[in-house]
Amino acid sequence: MTNAVGRFHGGLHLEDHKACSMQSAIVAAPLPEQLIIPLLQHIGAPLEPLVKPGDHVFKGQLIADSDANLSAPVHAPSSGTISAIEERSIPHPSGRAEKCIVIETDGKDEWPGDRQTYKNYQSLSADQLRTIIRQAGIVGLGGAGFPSHIKLNPGQHQINTLILNGAECEPYISCDAMLMQERPRDIINGLKIIRQTVNARQCLIGIEDNKPAAIAALSNCLNDDEKQYIKIITVPTLYPSGGEKQLIKLLTNLEVPSRQHPVDVGVVCHNVGTAIAVADAVIEGIPLISRTMTITGGAVNKPANIQSLLGTPMRHLLTACGLDDHKLQRLIMGGPMMGFEISSMDTPVIKTTNCLLAMDKQETGEPQTALPCIRCGECAVVCPAQLLPQQLYWWAKARDFDKTQEYNLFDCIECGCCSYVCPSHIPLVHYYRFAKTAILEEERDRIKSDRARDRHDFRLLRLERKKQEDEERKRKKKELLKKVNDDKSDSKKSEIEAALERVKAKKQATRETEQSRDS
Amino acid sequence: MLEAILILAGLAIIFGLLLGFAEIRFKVEGDPVVDRIDAILPQTQCGQCTYPGCRPYAEAIVKGEADINQCPPGGEVVIQHLADLLDVEPKPLNADNGEEKEQKTVVIIDEQICIGCTLCIQACPVDAILGAAKQMHTVISDECTGCDLCIPPCPVDCIYIVPLEPELTAWKWPLPAGEQA
Repeated sequence: MTNAVGRFHGGLHLEDHKACSMQSAIVAAPLPEQLIIPLLQHIGAPLEPLVKPGDHVFKGQLIADSDANLSAPVHAPSSGTISAIEERSIPHPSGRAEKCIVIETDGKDEWPGDRQTYKNYQSLSADQLRTIIRQAGIVGLGGAGFPSHIKLNPGQHQINTLILNGAECEPYISCDAMLMQERPRDIINGLKIIRQTVNARQCLIGIEDNKPAAIAALSNCLNDDEKQYIKIITVPTLYPSGGEKQLIKLLTNLEVPSRQHPVDVGVVCHNVGTAIAVADAVIEGIPLISRTMTITGGAVNKPANIQSLLGTPMRHLLTACGLDDHKLQRLIMGGPMMGFEISSMDTPVIKTTNCLLAMDKQETGEPQTALPCIRCGECAVVCPAQLLPQQLYWWAKARDFDKTQEYNLFDCIECGCCSYVCPSHIPLVHYYRFAKTAILEEERDRIKSDRARDRHDFRLLRLERKKQEDEERKRKKKELLKKVNDDKSDSKKSEIEAALERVKAKKQATRETEQSRDS
Repeated sequence: MLEAILILAGLAIIFGLLLGFAEIRFKVEGDPVVDRIDAILPQTQCGQCTYPGCRPYAEAIVKGEADINQCPPGGEVVIQHLADLLDVEPKPLNADNGEEKEQKTVVIIDEQICIGCTLCIQACPVDAILGAAKQMHTVISDECTGCDLCIPPCPVDCIYIVPLEPELTAWKWPLPAGEQA
């Protein structure tokens, strides 16, 4: 166990509120009657369903997939019957309803038979492992849910360091800490599989120093051979140490340049939960059909960490943890800093649901009205990406998106530190999210209008060509006609000339005979 | 005195030659301002600006024949960008040209009613309608710009405007509450 070698700019010390949900071991949630599986769960292409209403499915059966590389399939989390493929509300900041596969569970929770397991994964190639991981539908379980097989394919890049992210810096969330305490062996196995896939020289596990039990569990779990290449590194508790670029800075003192990815500096970073999912998929043959999440907040009586099947309605889990409906002010998916509000409790949990935070009145606080920016500069002091939040706010508000990009808007990790310290209570991150999505929309519109311009130009070209071809045809026809006429007149002329010649010759002849007779 | 005149005359000749060479060597093909205006315009090719397409409108703006506020599909955003580019004051959309749509739209053809007359195909500025004489026609909605030019020529009124629902991946965060959207 060693300490961090670097430090990142800014950051905040926040009250962690983690202890309340760590009183008891992780429990499995009771099986719900209905499972709702959205076809779009995370970054990537939407999936096509492979089942239809009325079909029976087994636990772990593939139910939707896509040909796109940037996507991950989904599996039936339990056995049952497909009752519908219809629009249901999904966990997304838009609160929109999207296509979901609805499964009525039969309570048997039965697998289709023997699962394909690879206990001796050491003999598999990197490609084989990536295929298994993609087929298991594994995505990053820390937050954004980026399909893991893509991050596991460094391509030309030489990977020096593989980082396992166990920082879990956001308040209230404790599922990664509990997993590290309870399943350290699975985490190390997953880490070894990932290491084999990306061919990394050394592995670093970064954990915040407010999780001594997790650090101890993982340290005790390592054998002498593993200690050669796996190091557990304690990082100071400072939000957002779990941000990818921030953790890389802490553990390796490397900075990932703007608009580049960790692989560009020879680093790959995965979450500890993802490592467990990888181990489950490869060694046990279990696809990603459940995940561990924290159910917490002032409005639940028994905060806990729960292993829940994907697709379980949120109400089912909140009720299991003793939700007090009267106390509930706001339901957040994710943590208080980066999460977003969920409008309907019938929304299912998805692969990226790491926490359900049921806030009571005390936690939400009084709604604050935003006041004008006083240019105090606090936001720039705490920004872990070393941006200038007040400038970004200014340009985003004015919709000067070129300027926001000049100020590196897309390096913002939306951690919320700036909004947290803002004395004017300006929802700064909200402006950045608005500006980012508006820029992406402009980009899409530009591509579409470029295509429309090309098609229009081609149409004009086509019409012009058709006109020219028509004229060419007309001209040729005229020529042909003229030629025929000319030919005709030519032959007539020669006939006439010939006749004249003949007449002339005749006259000549007669004259000659007359002359000779006269003489 | 003579020296000074000769030096200045020599300099004038050298720079004149340099400028002449630069004009030939670095000659700009086409009109870059028209290209830049054309890049801002939405390429709907709807003709609501009274010009037969986006590029002719761009050319008319450069010649000073048209104002910057005649493009309803582009709306305020395009007017703002044009104003920035040409360094003039933005102005509200000219109501004579039409209104800005609240949501993007495309058209669909009711294939049950379509008689296959090909009139809409001839009207479409981006070749986004597929079909042949006396065969059913259909709109390639990915290519449809929402110009609605195919609607007037249709003899059986089988073309409808439908709002374009953005996909979830194209969802846009709204501005914070209390801000002018």
